[in-house]
Amino acid sequence: MATEDRASLLSLRAVTFRTDERVILDAVDFEWGDAGICALMGANGSGKTVLLRTIHGLLAPSSGDVRFEGRRRAGGDLAFEGQALMFQYPSLFRGTALENLLLVPCAGTSRRARRTRALAMLERVGLRALAHAPAPRLSGGERQRLALARAWMIAPRLLLLDEPTASLDPSATEQVEQIVRDIRASGCRVLMTSHNLGQVARLADEVVFIDHGRLLERQPTTAFFAHPRSREARQFLQGVLPWQLSDRSGND
Amino acid sequence: MFTDALSQAVWLLRSFEGDTFAIILLSLRVSLTAVAIATLIGLPLGALTAVTRFPGRAGVVVALNTTMGLPAVIVGVGVYLVLSRSGPLGVLGLLFTPTAMIVAQATLTTPLIAALTRQVVEDAWRLHGETLRSLRLSLPARVRVLLWDCRFSLVAVFLAGLGRAMSEVGSVMIVGGNIDRVTRVMTTAIALETSKGDLALALALGIVLLGLVLVLNMLASAIRAATMRRYGH
Repeated sequence: MATEDRASLLSLRAVTFRTDERVILDAVDFEWGDAGICALMGANGSGKTVLLRTIHGLLAPSSGDVRFEGRRRAGGDLAFEGQALMFQYPSLFRGTALENLLLVPCAGTSRRARRTRALAMLERVGLRALAHAPAPRLSGGERQRLALARAWMIAPRLLLLDEPTASLDPSATEQVEQIVRDIRASGCRVLMTSHNLGQVARLADEVVFIDHGRLLERQPTTAFFAHPRSREARQFLQGVLPWQLSDRSGND
Repeated sequence: MFTDALSQAVWLLRSFEGDTFAIILLSLRVSLTAVAIATLIGLPLGALTAVTRFPGRAGVVVALNTTMGLPAVIVGVGVYLVLSRSGPLGVLGLLFTPTAMIVAQATLTTPLIAALTRQVVEDAWRLHGETLRSLRLSLPARVRVLLWDCRFSLVAVFLAGLGRAMSEVGSVMIVGGNIDRVTRVMTTAIALETSKGDLALALALGIVLLGLVLVLNMLASAIRAATMRRYGH
């Protein structure tokens, strides 16, 4: 799957992640440099979330090499500097929306400057009026937008989104998608997982299809939807039940 | 006898008798100061144990949990040895003073607060750990954020420490000496009156002590409920 001639923002070489029971990522090679928004697609249990966490540095691969902007992750248990990850179910803290943003570390900035930035972020995601509302009381869509604002607060160069609109209604989904476009327009690249085919078609510049921990294909979005190359991707798009996709059920 | 004790307790409070109130105030001063010190030490200690992984951590957790049940008299003897004239801190002349009682109660409640905090913060770490690592928060920042996130539960931890401090008699008796108008607190006064055979007065003091603990708990619960309402939990 490597595309060698691209300037590499992200480089994965033979990345494998296995537990005692199974192989979740199977020798993944991935070079990514120029696409604005890349969607990672695949059935449940195909390894998308583990791949995102491995890219972010929250999981250490069993073998292989992960580099972001040419660098390996430094020691310790911190994620890659310059990346942000929005989890499928973001954990918000028991404080106001503003307080949830203020805990994001911004090196070399005063508390006042951080507060100004946090309020600006809330404005950008349409939550300025709810700055002093308790985060646990926000609706599902508002919580996702707050989590996006928190991720954006870091000023990441790569934003990872894990099913950003799962369980949101169409209106909340549209709001989140608009914010993702805004983040992209600010110069940040986005790698996202999604089961929402319409969303991928609307947002993504290219699609990477993953099945049983292996990257099977990578195409520009329109080409992927028009002519998926692999049998697994074709069946996925046609809505074939995952356990009928292949006979390798032991890995899924 | 209980009716006698109850009416005597009411009489004690209504008569505003100086000695009784001195005992009540000293009890509050010693226990609140001791638990405040124990909280300052125990909260970060418990939180650090919750969020760090190091060889022998399981042993530290077991040791911490074991010290929750530390007998007050053992603590009393230990602090006595340290503060006695021939002890390492004997030169300070603190034995049989309220300060010695504070030291003893702080020693007694710090492990309790640290162990309970560890449990509370570890649960929060399971929930927020990946988010904090993703946001690249340093260890001190993680501890600060998790303690802040758990603040409602930590009120109960503080109350548990206060309850332990206010109800113990062994250590304050040993290091305080139960000296009238100097180091006599509610629990040592109750022990004294019982030994003198004045069970009604001992019970009356016990009822006052229970009332005090009840008022402090109600106050803390009210604060907790109000802040939880504010933050939607």
